[in-house]
Amino acid sequence: MTLTDFLISPFTDYAFMKRALVAALALAISGAPLGVLMMLRRMTLVGDALSHAILPGIAVAFFVAGLSLWAMTLGGVTAALIVAGLAALLTRLTDMKEDAAFALLYLLSLAVGVALISFKGSSAHLMHVLFGNILAIDQETLTLVASVCCLSLFTIAVLYRRFVIDGFDGAFMRTAGAQRRGVGLMSLAFFALLMINLVASFQAMGTLMALGLMVLPALAARFWAKTMDGMLPFAMGLGALAAYAGLVLSYHTAIPSGPAIVLVAGAITVFSAMIGRFGSVMACAGQRN
Amino acid sequence: MTQAHVTLDDVSYHYGHHKALQDVSGVFPAGSLTAVAGPNGAGKSTLLKIIAGVMKPKKGRVIVAPALKGKIGYLPQASAIERDYPLNVRDAVSTGLWPDAGSLPSFQEGPLKARVDKALADVGLQDFAARQMGELSGGQFQRLLFARLIVQDPQLILLDEPFAAIDAQTIAPLIQQIMVWHAQGRTIICVLHDLLLIRKYFPESFLLAGKCMGRGHTHALFDQKLLSFDLDMAELVAPEKKEDLGGNA
Repeated sequence: MTLTDFLISPFTDYAFMKRALVAALALAISGAPLGVLMMLRRMTLVGDALSHAILPGIAVAFFVAGLSLWAMTLGGVTAALIVAGLAALLTRLTDMKEDAAFALLYLLSLAVGVALISFKGSSAHLMHVLFGNILAIDQETLTLVASVCCLSLFTIAVLYRRFVIDGFDGAFMRTAGAQRRGVGLMSLAFFALLMINLVASFQAMGTLMALGLMVLPALAARFWAKTMDGMLPFAMGLGALAAYAGLVLSYHTAIPSGPAIVLVAGAITVFSAMIGRFGSVMACAGQRN
Repeated sequence: MTQAHVTLDDVSYHYGHHKALQDVSGVFPAGSLTAVAGPNGAGKSTLLKIIAGVMKPKKGRVIVAPALKGKIGYLPQASAIERDYPLNVRDAVSTGLWPDAGSLPSFQEGPLKARVDKALADVGLQDFAARQMGELSGGQFQRLLFARLIVQDPQLILLDEPFAAIDAQTIAPLIQQIMVWHAQGRTIICVLHDLLLIRKYFPESFLLAGKCMGRGHTHALFDQKLLSFDLDMAELVAPEKKEDLGGNA
């Protein structure tokens, strides 16, 4: 087997691999800036909880309409909204902290989701929903992923300044900009972007791994760049690399696409943490000497 | 009679069962310079957040003059801000332009850039403009936050312990900046621990220990309350509050 056979042929020979690559690249590019902002807002764990929270919605949709993309998307969005609403309600009505509320709801929704799918579907269905299945990426899914990618890149471009200021000092944002419209809605807008990206991710990445292409490249980028201008392209590039290499890995092994992509992204992140330019093991050791 | 910029009307706030503020009332006239003093846990930061509109009182009302909408400059405690955020000094100071510049227009040139340049020079950070924020010392970071306020140009300025953990050398120019703002007729409310600074620079005082323990002209108030700067601030604590505070310490 030549190198070309190994690295390129899967994508030239098979249409489903081509579609998977396009979808994964689009997800990497639209997810990376969200991941960077999420990391700066210290929201990565909340995002993770949210990604699992969409599962019961997808399960109910599967229950009702089978493997219909639009039903699953609608179900996922609805479930995420319900979980976020419940978390807000729990923290308001009880002494529970937000992270604890999310932990409770994410465990619960994961269990409910798995129970629902086990009830009707096979274990193959369960694997598909939890870890992604590149065979499921049809033309329709590709359209959804591409639309979400365009919408979220456009929204981030327009609201970028607000997102950055809100993450830096949210109290300042609200007091100084009180006369500007929509100042109080920044968290909501961010949450909405996160949600549509998670739902778009689940076919390729699975609900358990959906956050992988957002958060891991962002974490890795922080070791290579100190500025937002540097971090964003780095995160996109590393995400795209992980998407491609993960699909190659998935093709040649039996590993589902979600975990394969996350394995590569995780390796890149660990590697960056070891030898990256800023704040890595090596950089910190260099400073001490 | 000068116009009231901020009016507190029986404001109460509690965190769970802990009462932070109880029936606090008071008026901050336009152009006044007031120090808010009191022991730890007296609710000073809570009061400032409520005036800023970051938190809503559980009971009572805060009336901020309508002309001040969007003209409030709130400086939280330094510990409340993410120091490690990936912005350079110029960008961080420029965030003060945001309410005027909006989400898209550039501020890399013209009058908006000039405002940032002037603010950086006012606090002596002009040579640090390209540095990453995370590389600044505590005092330099506080100067950065003051520069952001200068850029923002607010009419009501709320400062939460702006001099905590910075050296005397850095305090002097920041006090000067507060005096400049005062001379320009802005309303300033500043949470402060240092009674010496309060007596020297702040004409009005607001003594807080969960409840309002006294307000008015600093000198009259301090003489009347037999407070001098070497007297322990704990004297301000109402007897029934003392136990709570002992538990926190």
